[in-house]
Amino acid sequence: MGAAVATTAGRPGRDPGEAGAFRTCPVTGLAVHRPAERLIIVNAVTAVAFLALGGILALLIALTRWPAVHLLPAELFYRFTTAHGTTMLVFWILFFEVAGLYFGGAVLLNARLVSPRWAWWAYALMLGGALVTEAAMLTGEANVMVTAYPPLKGHPAFYLGLIVFAVGALLAVGVFFATILRARAEGKVETSLPLVTYAFVAAAVLAVFTLVSGALALIPTFLWSVGVLPSVDPAVYRLLFWGFGHGSQQINLAAMVGVWYALASLTVGARPLHEGLSRLAFFLYVAFIQLGSIHHLLVDPGLGTSNRIMNTSYFMYLATVGSMIHAFSIPSAVEVAQRERGYSRGLFTWLRKAPWGEPGFAALVLSLVWFGFVGGVTGVLMGQMQLNMLVHNTLFVPGHFHSTVVAGTTVAFMGIAYYLLPLISQRPLAFPRLARLQPYVYSLGLAILTGSMMAAGKHGVPRRLWDITYQGAAIPVTVFEDPQVHLLLAGVGIGAIIAVLGGAMFVTVMLGTILSRRTTAQVGAGLRIALPTGTGSALTAPGPAPITGGSGRVEAPGTTVLVYAFLAWFVVMYVLAWSNLSRLWPVG
Amino acid sequence: MSSLQPGVTGGVPGAGQSALQPPPRVWWGPLGRIERGWLTAALVWALVMFAMMWIWPHVGHQNTPIETYRMAPADFKAAAAAFIEKYQVGEEFGVPVVEPPAGGDVYLEAMAFQWRPILKLKRGETYRFYISSTDLQHGFSIQPLNLNFQVLPGYVYVIEITPEQTGEYAVVCNEYCGIGHHLMSGKLVVVD
Repeated sequence: MGAAVATTAGRPGRDPGEAGAFRTCPVTGLAVHRPAERLIIVNAVTAVAFLALGGILALLIALTRWPAVHLLPAELFYRFTTAHGTTMLVFWILFFEVAGLYFGGAVLLNARLVSPRWAWWAYALMLGGALVTEAAMLTGEANVMVTAYPPLKGHPAFYLGLIVFAVGALLAVGVFFATILRARAEGKVETSLPLVTYAFVAAAVLAVFTLVSGALALIPTFLWSVGVLPSVDPAVYRLLFWGFGHGSQQINLAAMVGVWYALASLTVGARPLHEGLSRLAFFLYVAFIQLGSIHHLLVDPGLGTSNRIMNTSYFMYLATVGSMIHAFSIPSAVEVAQRERGYSRGLFTWLRKAPWGEPGFAALVLSLVWFGFVGGVTGVLMGQMQLNMLVHNTLFVPGHFHSTVVAGTTVAFMGIAYYLLPLISQRPLAFPRLARLQPYVYSLGLAILTGSMMAAGKHGVPRRLWDITYQGAAIPVTVFEDPQVHLLLAGVGIGAIIAVLGGAMFVTVMLGTILSRRTTAQVGAGLRIALPTGTGSALTAPGPAPITGGSGRVEAPGTTVLVYAFLAWFVVMYVLAWSNLSRLWPVG
Repeated sequence: MSSLQPGVTGGVPGAGQSALQPPPRVWWGPLGRIERGWLTAALVWALVMFAMMWIWPHVGHQNTPIETYRMAPADFKAAAAAFIEKYQVGEEFGVPVVEPPAGGDVYLEAMAFQWRPILKLKRGETYRFYISSTDLQHGFSIQPLNLNFQVLPGYVYVIEITPEQTGEYAVVCNEYCGIGHHLMSGKLVVVD
């Protein structure tokens, strides 16, 4: 059976005249298309540069929200909050995802990247757009937050930069699809796409929807900002904007889960126990998860009840079922791989003996746990139509999405970067001890940050607010003069300091790696790559019979306990949230 | 620096496949017992959460308001001004204090950077709030109750609220509305 996988497809030299365009990775045996390699490095490094900028801004705004420090004046706080949100949610994430798409599309399939020229154009548009928007934001010409809700108006360059960026990103997605289709047409995909590439295809499909929705929101708003259109309907803008703003978080979700599978395979040699089930879960994302964009409109005027409920539940929570499938599939794959390695005693020996010193494994577990137990659960709770009245626009909301997109997605992306960048750039990982520590430092900071934000939000503290004491307000507001609130906002500042330290460690390792003069053919980079090697062609060599499920051979009792514990936690949080709601004044 | 050779832990029996490799030709098949159980549990839980949002309106008293009207900001400003004039009972911090009839309609205008007017309400009575903005987007947020709604110019959101406890409540804005966002405040007083 495994013989079907054995293939020389995609090896350099098969296509005469292109041999020089490929090199063979000594660690994975993959044929790496040189032009794709350069594009991956440039997009990833650009992403890290934006992450560094966003991190500095994060520190400044978090220290302003810490009442005892209250660092920035009001105008700078709002300016930098706008820039932080846009830099992180749009630029860092999407540049890194484009690098991921080229990796999953070309490198994993041993294929050439279709039209590197177009990919460079995509990069130029994205970078140009990002720089224009950054200039508008950092000069204080667009203090409108990343959401830029009209009639609040920013400088036209703010919208124009985002539109140009979105066009570039769409172009990059097009290059990815063309690469996959061509690889298939050339017979380089003998069976189906690898699961990780499949996940990236799901992310890319979501990206098309997201970027088109963003263009539909931003193009009329741009025309309004230059005076061509008289007005933009604020409710329609919100609907379209959140197709982009929330949709881009769903790209992150699909890409992150793909990265989780990749990290599990890289660090402990895990393989999906049931390919079909995992793929079904990604399909559920593609089919339903974009409906969740309505989460932002649950307490808006203008929408009917069934509209709100059907959309907010991603059609009866089928997309949530997708996530719960992954929540089982990934840990169970790790467990089975660990048990096969001999750590089979008891329920959790496999977990205790896991490679906690590997940054990729640490990032996988930390990301999966915080995303699942905190980010995912709070997201579903906030997205229950009635419960949303309790948290809308409070600090709970950024507490939630820093749990998903930072403690989840960003941690996972950092984890994979420790493998991707050394392997692709053929340089040894710089400061490996720093890298081993980094996921823990970063996640600890984020745990304090997000926990404090969410608790403060439960006290009603608004998001995006410079001063909780309301000094100078016509009608005094003293409700937040509460020692608990002050303590929690101190937690926001302290958590941010630790997280930014962890972020700086990551940037240091990445820059140290990419600026290193040493190249290496070894490229183990001091990190364990647990893929089976044999002849140094791990990813193309045939393997023993894979598991297709249902055979009863596979046992993951530890994971079974863990996932039902997760479900119990979910149910308890759910009951608590609804009992909170039932104590509220009657409203309707 | 490379302490571990790549692949040193490889060669695990049965570990031929990974998420980074193409799957076998046939990658579907019946689910295992544990997988079936978990999938069932997840589906049941999903349906419970879905059903809850439909059931709550029949058993609970806290529901998302739906009623909405389109209204030009200038017209809403005029309606709110007429409401204030009719029921004004005083002034505090330069803002009119209004005591609408028990169980009646209430107009609340959001503008940068104020909620207008200050409202005096009777405990246990149900009021119909007509809330809109006459400039930018704002966030209607009663604190420390922590009840929150989005307020848009051009749309009047009708929200029925029954204050259950007496006391003074702050109304703050929790949608960023410009450089004076942190100055935007209002007040709601509930009396017996």
